[in-house]
Amino acid sequence: MSSTQNLKQRLEAVNEYERTPIPKNKLKGWKSFIGTYAGEHTAGTEFVLGPLFVAHGASAGDLVSGLIVGNILAVLSWAFLTGKVAVKTRTTLYYQLEKIAGNRFTLVYNVVNAALFCFLAGSMIAVSATAVGIPFNLQMPSLTDVYPNSVGWIITVFGIGAITTVVAMFGFNVISKFANIAAPWMIMIFIAAAVGVLPRLGINSFSDFWPVAETTIWNGVPLEGQSKFTFWHIMFFAWFCNMGMHIGMADLSLLRYAKKWTYGFSSATGMFLGHFIAWMASGILYSLFLIESKGSLVFAPGPIAYEAAGIAGAVCVVIAGWTTANPTLYRAGLAIQSINPKWKTWKVTLFVGLVTTIAACFPALVMQLLEFVALYGLILMPLGAVIFLDVFVLPKMGLASNYAELTNSHFNPAVGITWGISLIFCLGLNIYGGIEIFFLGLPGWFVAVFVYLLASKAIQKKVTNVSPTIPLTY
Amino acid sequence: MIVATILKIISFAALALTLVPAFLVFWGYIEPNLSKTLMLIGTVVWFGTASFWMNKSEEEEEEVI
Repeated sequence: MSSTQNLKQRLEAVNEYERTPIPKNKLKGWKSFIGTYAGEHTAGTEFVLGPLFVAHGASAGDLVSGLIVGNILAVLSWAFLTGKVAVKTRTTLYYQLEKIAGNRFTLVYNVVNAALFCFLAGSMIAVSATAVGIPFNLQMPSLTDVYPNSVGWIITVFGIGAITTVVAMFGFNVISKFANIAAPWMIMIFIAAAVGVLPRLGINSFSDFWPVAETTIWNGVPLEGQSKFTFWHIMFFAWFCNMGMHIGMADLSLLRYAKKWTYGFSSATGMFLGHFIAWMASGILYSLFLIESKGSLVFAPGPIAYEAAGIAGAVCVVIAGWTTANPTLYRAGLAIQSINPKWKTWKVTLFVGLVTTIAACFPALVMQLLEFVALYGLILMPLGAVIFLDVFVLPKMGLASNYAELTNSHFNPAVGITWGISLIFCLGLNIYGGIEIFFLGLPGWFVAVFVYLLASKAIQKKVTNVSPTIPLTY
Repeated sequence: MIVATILKIISFAALALTLVPAFLVFWGYIEPNLSKTLMLIGTVVWFGTASFWMNKSEEEEEEVI
């Protein structure tokens, strides 16, 4: 009984500063962010996204150049957009948006956001399940599977979901500590798994690598039924696959703990270890799998990593999935909790974890990850533009920041109009212009900027510019 | 302090043990099965030792702010 009470007290003592700026003594050093970003972006998704470039017929030259340019743009977005806003406000995306857009708008946004996070975390739990299922000879999902293919799959997913949820219930610190420890090891396993199989691809010296990469691994020919990826696809995907987190400002939840905005550059560890080395490594493993299985449709990162690196490879898939699912689940919990701040963080996370685990049972979540990741970023992007403009641009135009808070309004129409018009514009470009989803983020962001400035100017013309927020000095 | 230093040395050696065997396979010095065993040993030792020192320095850093 006393241990139960102790556990409850510990859970209720978890304070993540959902509605107050992070106090100065709670700020974290750069090592925490380097570990978190490296762990989060060297993750389960990398075991899925890397192979998809192979499936989409990316050429070796396009892949390398596209990833370098796209990753640099992503790091710059994290630092100059998210980092700048995070240290100025030190609040979560959800609380900041509530001050700008009003609680009624935020309610809708948070439900959409939490659902997206749940699906993303769910796909990572599914990736982990492909490794956990190896000793049980679990039937693995294939590229065309939508529903769970066995009871064993469901049991495995629920086991992993339960562990992930319990850890997330204890807050950011536990997640950050584990990610710190796992990150360097995961990078080593990714690299080792790929290097160890190179001789099976006919690469026996460093000088053999590029010719084989061009002709065998990334030969520029898409698999049957897959569209062709060019430099532009790869560059924009690398830049925008985490659009919700940088341009969309979801990572305010993490970077608000940073001492300086320049900690946003620590995302480079995630981009160049995860979204460069790990994507290339997993692409090499998948290419070998396709050659040796003669084009099998089975898509299971666990067995592929196990075959290349043994038990350490399979454990890597489990942990890689887990270190992505955990912070994502944590973010989803924050999103839901902001609907009603009186709800306890741990209870909300428990609920979110259950929803996530149910979603993880469906393999379609993994197979459609490329499109889902792009859609997720696109939906959150306009609100990121709104927050950036509200914090930095509106005061310079003589307009009020945090308009909903200032006017005690439940809904700021300027934000609703911006979100709606931006997404309708992107949808129109996709349907009528035939523009693929990977390219919609950039024009969509400029539309969001234009609409929000125009709408704010129109709506706020009778309000004097008095910001209710006291600027932070740290 | 000395214990922490020894733990760090063991941790980094374990980390090397997860990577180096793959290159030895690549150059043809060892078989893949041996490489997989060494990687597993490296993994166990890394997680067994790194957890004792990796987050400590971060906590100390926060306390002196």
